[in-house]
Amino acid sequence: MEPLEIYNRAKEKFSDRILEIVDKKPDPWMVVDPTALVEVCQYLKDDATTAFDCLSNESGVDYKDRIEVVYHLFSYQHRHQAVLKVKLPRENPSVATLENVWKSANWMEREIYDLLGVNFEGHSDLRRLLMPEDWIGHPLRKDFVEPQEYHGISTVRESPIIRPKP
Amino acid sequence: MSLLNTLPDYVITTKTDEVINWMRKSSIWYMLFGLACCAIELMHTGGPRADIDRFGASPRASARQSDLMIVAGTLTLKMALRTRLLYDQMPDPKYVIAMGSCASCGGLFQLAYSVCDGVDKILPVDVYVPGCPPRPEALTEGLLKLQDKIMTERWLSKGPSNGTAPTPTFQA
Repeated sequence: MEPLEIYNRAKEKFSDRILEIVDKKPDPWMVVDPTALVEVCQYLKDDATTAFDCLSNESGVDYKDRIEVVYHLFSYQHRHQAVLKVKLPRENPSVATLENVWKSANWMEREIYDLLGVNFEGHSDLRRLLMPEDWIGHPLRKDFVEPQEYHGISTVRESPIIRPKP
Repeated sequence: MSLLNTLPDYVITTKTDEVINWMRKSSIWYMLFGLACCAIELMHTGGPRADIDRFGASPRASARQSDLMIVAGTLTLKMALRTRLLYDQMPDPKYVIAMGSCASCGGLFQLAYSVCDGVDKILPVDVYVPGCPPRPEALTEGLLKLQDKIMTERWLSKGPSNGTAPTPTFQA
């Protein structure tokens, strides 16, 4: 199935909880109401005509006025794919976990939590994945300020290149 | 009775020192410690073509048995604390080679939030080997430089001995 067909099917079933369908190359996407996300994903997974059995990627984006979480779904059975997005407020972004739908969401959600600070409700093990446990802040946020030191290790190094004064 | 650090400055013990240093430099056991792509070149250096085994350097799997730490690759802040722990586990006398741009100054990733720019922020470094990554020949040259440095050490006299850099301080 083409992505737009899939989105229209979902739109028929969930009507106003699918907020937006955007037809842009290369991957059209649909924006889902965060409260309906698990329901929509479970439907897309269980329905025989879509049968999305793989969450191939889950990522987060900071757009300065909002944070988006992007889900790339793939069906090994039908060889088609779909892109779902949820838009979250920048202050305390929070969305339900997809861990119970696709197990592979576990680590990807931990990474998004680590780097962007999105809280995934119901996640079984929401800890930092890449950064040290005692790290402060979420480094992929646009307003992240790099600390001057970490455990007394300075993070600044002077450039050995002496530039001529203008 | 140990003679280490017992003789006053004016006693010249070059030959004894030379023998000690020669023995020491001829069996530098380096720790198997690769952090990133430089580790591939490090493995290559220990392999049959560059073969630093002919200078007495052989890899050890444990920090407690090694004399030399070759920091091969990008050092992240998370890894920095662990690296320091490994360094502290090594028995004296111990040496550090910063291999490649990343270990020397952070290299390509110097401005990244997660990268410790230079292993000399946490350890005293003896030899810096430039390159991204350095070829096995370059690392071999670094090892020879370290051997030269070992040969200048004085063990029996009390004076300002082995001119190693002061250890940087930080809170673990």
